[in-house]
Amino acid sequence: MEKSAFFNGKLLPYLLLVPQLTITFVFFYWPASQAVRQSFLREDAFGLSSEFIGLENYQALFAQPEYYKAMLTTLVFSTLVAALSLSIALLFATQADKNLKAAPAYKLFMIWPYAVAPAVAGVLWFFMFHPTLGTLARPLRWMGFDWNPLLNGNHALILVVMAAVWKQISYNFLFFLAGLQSIPKSVIEAGAIDGAGPMRRFWTIVFPLLSPTTFFLLVVNVVYVFFDTFGIIDAVTGGGPAGATTTMVYKVYADGRLGGDLGSSAAQSVVLMAIVIALTAIQFRYVERKVQY
Amino acid sequence: MSLRKFSAAAAVAVTLALGATPAHAVIEIQWWHAMTGGNNDIVNKLAEDFNASQSDYKVVPSFKGSYPDTMNAGIAAFRAGNAPHIMQVFEVGTATMMSATGAIKPVYQLMKDAGEPFDPKAYLPAITGYYSTSKGDMLSFPFNSSSMVMWINKDELKKAGVAEIPKTWPEVFDAAKKLKAAGHATCGFSNAWATWAHIEQFSAWHNVPIGTKANGLDGFDTVLTFNSPLHVKHLQNLIDLQKDKTYDYSGRANASESRFGSGECAIFMTSSGYYATAKSTAKFDFTSAPMPYYPDVAGAPQNSIIGGASLWVMGGKKPEEYKGVAKFFTFLSDTNRQAKLHQESGYLPITKAAYEKTRADGFYEKNPTLQTPLKELTNKEPTENSRGLRFGNMVQMRDIWAEEMEAALAGQKTAKEALDSAVARGNTMLRTFEKTAK
Repeated sequence: MEKSAFFNGKLLPYLLLVPQLTITFVFFYWPASQAVRQSFLREDAFGLSSEFIGLENYQALFAQPEYYKAMLTTLVFSTLVAALSLSIALLFATQADKNLKAAPAYKLFMIWPYAVAPAVAGVLWFFMFHPTLGTLARPLRWMGFDWNPLLNGNHALILVVMAAVWKQISYNFLFFLAGLQSIPKSVIEAGAIDGAGPMRRFWTIVFPLLSPTTFFLLVVNVVYVFFDTFGIIDAVTGGGPAGATTTMVYKVYADGRLGGDLGSSAAQSVVLMAIVIALTAIQFRYVERKVQY
Repeated sequence: MSLRKFSAAAAVAVTLALGATPAHAVIEIQWWHAMTGGNNDIVNKLAEDFNASQSDYKVVPSFKGSYPDTMNAGIAAFRAGNAPHIMQVFEVGTATMMSATGAIKPVYQLMKDAGEPFDPKAYLPAITGYYSTSKGDMLSFPFNSSSMVMWINKDELKKAGVAEIPKTWPEVFDAAKKLKAAGHATCGFSNAWATWAHIEQFSAWHNVPIGTKANGLDGFDTVLTFNSPLHVKHLQNLIDLQKDKTYDYSGRANASESRFGSGECAIFMTSSGYYATAKSTAKFDFTSAPMPYYPDVAGAPQNSIIGGASLWVMGGKKPEEYKGVAKFFTFLSDTNRQAKLHQESGYLPITKAAYEKTRADGFYEKNPTLQTPLKELTNKEPTENSRGLRFGNMVQMRDIWAEEMEAALAGQKTAKEALDSAVARGNTMLRTFEKTAK
């Protein structure tokens, strides 16, 4: 009786939820619904004419061999970027977690690259590895290695993977480090007393206890490679050569902004959205079971 | 100072400031452009000079980023209902702009409505053809135009024992082989703007079509045709030479122009607008020469086509504002001003009179490199195949053509397969565009 006097009526909880719901609606559901709507339309760039064409955008999309190629590229690209950025960051974090003299400075330098905008990171790597301008490409060529990301698709893919990984390591590093520091030292020390070596301690104690962080980062990284990497690709390779670095999100950008085909671009974002939702669902359904909170 | 005192003071200041300007309101004309560096200064200077020359209108230039950025900003502004009066759009955006009836005000219409003297014949046909309807009505006002030329490092050619500047493709291939033997191991010859060089300019220069309907100038129902035996032969030559870097691909845009300036590539095709950079970076004797051609093609060389950008007037503005825009265009067309612009910026003069004046002044004797693109453009009376080109979605289409070229040069496809695929994919895009363009 007394308690209900404090929360009179059912309005208050909703009122408290309004800010969060508004943000979610305005910044997530509304744009997403616009994309879905746009994907059923055919419109010129100026928006002067608009025509409902049902699923035609989707049909045209799935009739393009390039779209399947982009899917495959995305698969390779995202696997490489997520795996590399997670494992390298974990390695760095475990090293930084040790009692080092310059640990704070080391940590600071590790975190810095995250402040670099993707397009700027792209330009940076573009200049380092451009076959003729590149400061790092020249020694490679000089050593007799025919480094040519302008024509060799694998070289170009390696280049964008490196740039994307480099950019993401800092973020992962930060979370891994925090995760490592929250593991009680006593558990590890107990393992050491029982005679477990450093590697064994890592794999049987630290890694499982770190799994919530790893799982969180896996989800975030997958979203990162799927959505946030087009700036890097645009600056480094422009999706080339011969479409070797055209991922699905880059294609969304290229078709919509460079090609002015908003309908197809919207249809692609809807497909991409569905894939990421599915991936995240799978991660939560199956991978999360292995997570030990 | 209290707030009331402050606002009173501000009101006085505003009144004084207003009193200083002429009694009637000055009409502002917004001009969005994509010019950087020295060319940005030229844009601002033009606006200042125009504003100083009269008191009714004020042209306000704003820099909006790269060419695609500027175009997208203009399109977004139009959708939001506040487009600028004048928008600089690069040549490949022409089809998109002209298909947007209602979003634009054609220049010929503008000049007629405003009663400004305007003779389309006063402009160089090779330039205005690109921006006119098939009936000859000028849709946009050419601003900065360039064409593609072959830049030559004379010192290196001499060292390699190439006595004459090559004129034909076989001569270029020979020279490149000699250059390669003489130490240019990574680059016999190369070019920037891959598709502009080997598809667009190549076709016009050899008087072969890129697509039907006069390369799309006569209608959006155009179909690409640049997979002809000549195109295949040329691409095959490049593929063969790429293997040992007698030819070395330099990417889709012009980031690799420095390969010429650094001396790596002694023969390099790129825009004539590269002049200013070449002058400041090349530490050797250089010149520009016309693009090479295949001597066994009847009628080659024909004439080259332009690149660069033009000024589009956006629709839905007030008549008095249009009058100001028209006056500004008349101001830009002035012979002395055009001649000066051409000589300072290296961009082409747009009027015949300005070209004649520069020639009469003896400017080209001192600067022969600046005349090469003009000689190419005016080499012959333009034909259906060399007036220009107008394909929807051209910005992205260039990327798709380049993709196929890259696949061929990397050995993943044959020349024929690559060009067939470029044509097929391009045609799909053209059909999509045709459906939206009314």
